Amino acid sequence: MDLSLASRTEGDKTVVSVGGEIDVYTAPKLREQIVALVEEGRYHLVVDMEDVEFLDSTGLGVLVGGLKRVRAHDGSLRLVCTQERILKIFRITGLTKVFPIHGTVAEAVAAID
Amino acid sequence: MPTVELRFTALPAHVRTARLVAVSLARRAGVDEEVLDEVRLAVGEAATRAVGRHQETCPDEPVLVRLTDGEGQFVAEVVDRAVNQSAVDAALPATSAADLPDALGGLDALDGELPAGIDLAVIGGLVDDVSVESGPDGSVVRMVWPVTESAPNTPSGFGARGTSA
Repeated sequence: MDLSLASRTEGDKTVVSVGGEIDVYTAPKLREQIVALVEEGRYHLVVDMEDVEFLDSTGLGVLVGGLKRVRAHDGSLRLVCTQERILKIFRITGLTKVFPIHGTVAEAVAAID
Repeated sequence: MPTVELRFTALPAHVRTARLVAVSLARRAGVDEEVLDEVRLAVGEAATRAVGRHQETCPDEPVLVRLTDGEGQFVAEVVDRAVNQSAVDAALPATSAADLPDALGGLDALDGELPAGIDLAVIGGLVDDVSVESGPDGSVVRMVWPVTESAPNTPSGFGARGTSA
């Protein structure tokens, strides 16, 4: 299972839907997508991870990098994830304290100021 | 003797193969279904680490994964041949699972990426029985999971391990 990526905009907010496996092989594609969005001036990102089947520390690194990028523009990066097996690595690394994690895309979009 | 040995070119594309083989064998060995996700992630992290180390020092050398099933346990060993790598990266972090955020020093301390050693920190957070042996010609990450007998009503998982023979 490779990585699938799709993005759509809602006003000044962008929802990136990610599916499949995010690991050392596929993470660069996610990084490129986030970098491209930020370069287009999209600074409020919601990353929907409900279809992600696997996430490792390389993928976490890309998300942290994305968060740093949008914050440099006073933006935000919110995650949508309810899968226990994906949430686990956020808890292990303490990154639940760094990323706002929402149960639905609507909730995440609504949380953006 | 390992049940299965997997040798692969040190490329990110092959890390997934290592995960798939490890999980397949762990399932067959009788590792609890709910623990298989931990096997998948931990072996993936170790293989990713090995690939990274090889790419820095010996890109032509294959990475070795040894998987052994027997004696009530499932053992995954990921062996790299990276020489002269820093001892820091070869050691398990003192803060294994609980408080990595403190070890990270918060988001502001991160330079857009997670620090080296995050892979071992994740493994340490996932796997109770893990060791890293580092020598002059590489390192071995050894991870052990208990195999519970398929008797119904038997407490399963990590909690039961070590308290009963």
